[in-house]
Amino acid sequence: MARKDMTRRRFLRGMMAGSAVTVGLPFLEIFLNANGTALASGAPIPVRFGTWFWGLGMNKNIFVPKKTGKDFDLPEEIESLASIKQHINLFTNFNATTDGRPNLCHYTGWVVLRSGGVPLDRGDLPGQSVDVTIADAIGRGTPFRALDVTATGDARDTYSFRGRNAYNVPEVSPAKLYQNLFGPRFHDPNSGTFTPDPKIMAEKSVLSGVVEQTASLSRSLGHEDKVRLDQYFTGLRDVENQLALYLEKPEPRPACQKPGVIDEEFPSGVDSKLVAQRHELMTQILVMALACNQTKVFNMTYANSFANTVKAGYDKGHHTITHEEIEDPVLGYQVMASWFNRRAMESWAYFVKQFADFPEGDGSLLDNTLIYAHSDQNYAKIHSIDGIPMFTAGTAGGRLKTGLHVDGGLTPGTRLPFTLQRVMGIDVASWGEGANRATTDISEILV
Amino acid sequence: MKNRNSFKKRSARIAVLLFGLVALLGGGYLVLGLLEGEPVHAGPPTVKLINQSQYANTIAYVFGEDISVPPQFPPVNRIDGLLALGSANTAITPGVVERFYRYGNQIARQVMEPGRREYLVPCNPANAEGADAQCATLFIEQVGRLLYRRALQEEEVSGYVTMAGSAADTVNDFYLGLTYVLTAMLASSEFVLIADRLEDVPGKPEQHRLDGYSKASRLSFFLWNSSPDEQLLEAAESGELHDRAGLERQVERMLSAPKYRESIRGFFADMLQFDEFENLAKDSLIYPAYSPSASEDAAEQILRMITHHLVDLRGDYRDIFTTRKTYMSNALGALYQVPVDPGVDFVPYEFPRSDSRAGLLSHVGFLSLHSHPGRSSPTVRGVGVRESLLCQPVPLPPPNVDFSNFEDPAGEFKTARERLVRHSSDAACANCHMITDPVGLGLENFDGAGQFRTTENGVVIDVSGELDGIPFHDPATLGEAVRNNPATTACLVERMFAHSINRQIQFEDRTVVERLEKRFSKLGYRVPELMRNIALDEAFFAVSLEEESAAEEIVSVH
Repeated sequence: MARKDMTRRRFLRGMMAGSAVTVGLPFLEIFLNANGTALASGAPIPVRFGTWFWGLGMNKNIFVPKKTGKDFDLPEEIESLASIKQHINLFTNFNATTDGRPNLCHYTGWVVLRSGGVPLDRGDLPGQSVDVTIADAIGRGTPFRALDVTATGDARDTYSFRGRNAYNVPEVSPAKLYQNLFGPRFHDPNSGTFTPDPKIMAEKSVLSGVVEQTASLSRSLGHEDKVRLDQYFTGLRDVENQLALYLEKPEPRPACQKPGVIDEEFPSGVDSKLVAQRHELMTQILVMALACNQTKVFNMTYANSFANTVKAGYDKGHHTITHEEIEDPVLGYQVMASWFNRRAMESWAYFVKQFADFPEGDGSLLDNTLIYAHSDQNYAKIHSIDGIPMFTAGTAGGRLKTGLHVDGGLTPGTRLPFTLQRVMGIDVASWGEGANRATTDISEILV
Repeated sequence: MKNRNSFKKRSARIAVLLFGLVALLGGGYLVLGLLEGEPVHAGPPTVKLINQSQYANTIAYVFGEDISVPPQFPPVNRIDGLLALGSANTAITPGVVERFYRYGNQIARQVMEPGRREYLVPCNPANAEGADAQCATLFIEQVGRLLYRRALQEEEVSGYVTMAGSAADTVNDFYLGLTYVLTAMLASSEFVLIADRLEDVPGKPEQHRLDGYSKASRLSFFLWNSSPDEQLLEAAESGELHDRAGLERQVERMLSAPKYRESIRGFFADMLQFDEFENLAKDSLIYPAYSPSASEDAAEQILRMITHHLVDLRGDYRDIFTTRKTYMSNALGALYQVPVDPGVDFVPYEFPRSDSRAGLLSHVGFLSLHSHPGRSSPTVRGVGVRESLLCQPVPLPPPNVDFSNFEDPAGEFKTARERLVRHSSDAACANCHMITDPVGLGLENFDGAGQFRTTENGVVIDVSGELDGIPFHDPATLGEAVRNNPATTACLVERMFAHSINRQIQFEDRTVVERLEKRFSKLGYRVPELMRNIALDEAFFAVSLEEESAAEEIVSVH
């Protein structure tokens, strides 16, 4: 345990030693326009998009507020959201339907809310996830088109995909995440001078040459394998583009401070404390990566859809307990299952708070961010997928209202990702398939 | 169906006749693939993503074992029980390619470190601060051939040399220029994707076959879990692999090479789902002895036991379920209650006759992998045996299970058997639980960390049951029941064959699989013999462009 704590402290010290409050420093203000909404170059502060996933839903009786709209109440399972209530919207009673297909436990629900389609089987991923659509639209111009991370330590825990067999693989290690983002190639965007690194130049030109030469080889392949080879070349072109970006002078980012080095590996495991710590550390790195314009899109997994999170000394994991625990006759809910749900909500609150507390421009990073959070089930005990709880956080650059509880009246849950895409500037007239097709915005949250 | 059956019988008769003939002629072993003329089902050419152990084995062969290879490769889906088949189907997202580039860069930097480059680069540059085309050519030709598993084309070599040269001049460092070229080569699809290449069959322009290099790769990843070595590449170039006798020579050489052990380790680590160890952690309050090093050793113990039994002892595959011979490490000693001196890596160990443990199923690795972090699970263990050892997929639970039947608020159920009996009383649950739970209940003498116990909550655990009609009364006799189950050996043959040809077994493959099964049985279930038979079966190299999923097209990819 000491090891983990030390890692966190070291990280925080790194941030503080670099004085994370630098935003207030006058010399950095010159990078911003007068009202703080744009960079000095005239380019607006970009709006980022991200997702946050937790598994196994909620205990409805103690999760869904009685009141809707503003001033909604915080029942006990979400009471930890008090400190972020003004920054989020909560969406309940929105529907996801299997549309006549099988309800694949812990799978159909999140696939519908991510892609709008209903999977036929467990390998099926219809279309692509909404974060990928948004990343393809806004993710260019930063070294990473998107950052995928998971707090579970398991690289299979991702809800971002480009199609069947094409999951985006999340980073599981805080140290590796740090190294990728703030390793030797990172250039402080606020340092006055910039000279393109001849080493990166040489590296990039070699890569381009080798890719070109390899691409000219001809071979006989079936169609699917041709597609896979094409995917490979697309990936290499992305690496080239990444190297090319490191050769350009980065736009000053007043809020960017390279965090202190993180090089210690976390132990593996899904003990809830360990997961929370991994989540905290990765959130801190992620927040700085956004501030430093390393990416504009991110996906965080707190717990997977079969959440196997455990509590030390307790012999059943979260998923098992949702099925095997009896509802407490007095309280009316599953006490231990709720214990795990509450830990998830604490981490969600932590996540949003980090964005809200991080100054950027004349507001916070959260003001320039839109986060979409959801689970895979409503009540995990019976695998219900109607009314899966969803949240948003942030105003997306002032485009969204926050602090609301919206009752969906059993309209499609896909309306939320549909609305969010439109907020992010993607011109879609409808989104989703069959009964999950969304055609109307959730207007309550639009400014 | 009728036709297929009579066809099967006919081929079986021919096989038996040929078996006798070849047994007479062939000496110590039997070769297959002599059923020429029998139609062999051919799949499409495949493109497979290199996996972590193949990558590591290749890097160790080309650059030495002291080069560290990054852990945690991108995960792929398990298909028909094997990640190997997932590797042949996975889509390749930009993030995956970016990782391979990063891995390549980490390795290239190690190779070019002072102290290593002096012997890994086969020449000294005339000027270490700039280009040296001659020395770069030597390095690129030598290394490129081993990484790309083929000779580099002249323009590839000259292109790479030019690139290395201009990079070296830009950064004033010969070795840095080579670092970038090596990075790009390690990130290239030519290294990372193991792609079949076809050529026309001489004299039969309408027919295709794998070219020599593709045959070399298929052999090498199958029999060594690594890239071809120089000799195998030479055999590919000389046409030796298209020739029956030449192929046999190479297969013999490969089976007797030390590297053959890597294929056994790689295959069984995949089949037994050892990738799950990467994320396996036990509750340290409940199982304090199950340390991360014990977890690592638990997987290694099984791989050593299997490799020793199958390769060193040339043992019967079925006996891995009953053998008492294994290995023990210090970290495992606490879990097995066996004293092992501190600092001891692995030592041979034999479970005494009085011990309940015998065979794979009672190894900590198997028991703990198929358990929850804080307790054992007969169902999970049953699924493990059925799916990974008997190739019997277990359906997933229905979404609308009524769990109220299984609630136990008063804690009346002391043992897993008492708890699970309820599942069998519910018709919707019983169908699946009756095929998983009895097997797992036979292993309940071992807790979620694989430690021996005789009671649970003060009640003596009953470990009797039956597997497909064969009764057992303890973990050792359960091992015997698995050993003697016909599905055990059939499953191995299917998995091994699918693994060797990088694709799922289809109905049309039955003829080949059945003859492989028969030979496996005749040859005493010796796994190296099975692998020899697969490698020498014409089905092993059979590829066809006529599959509907693989319409022929010559692609120039940009």
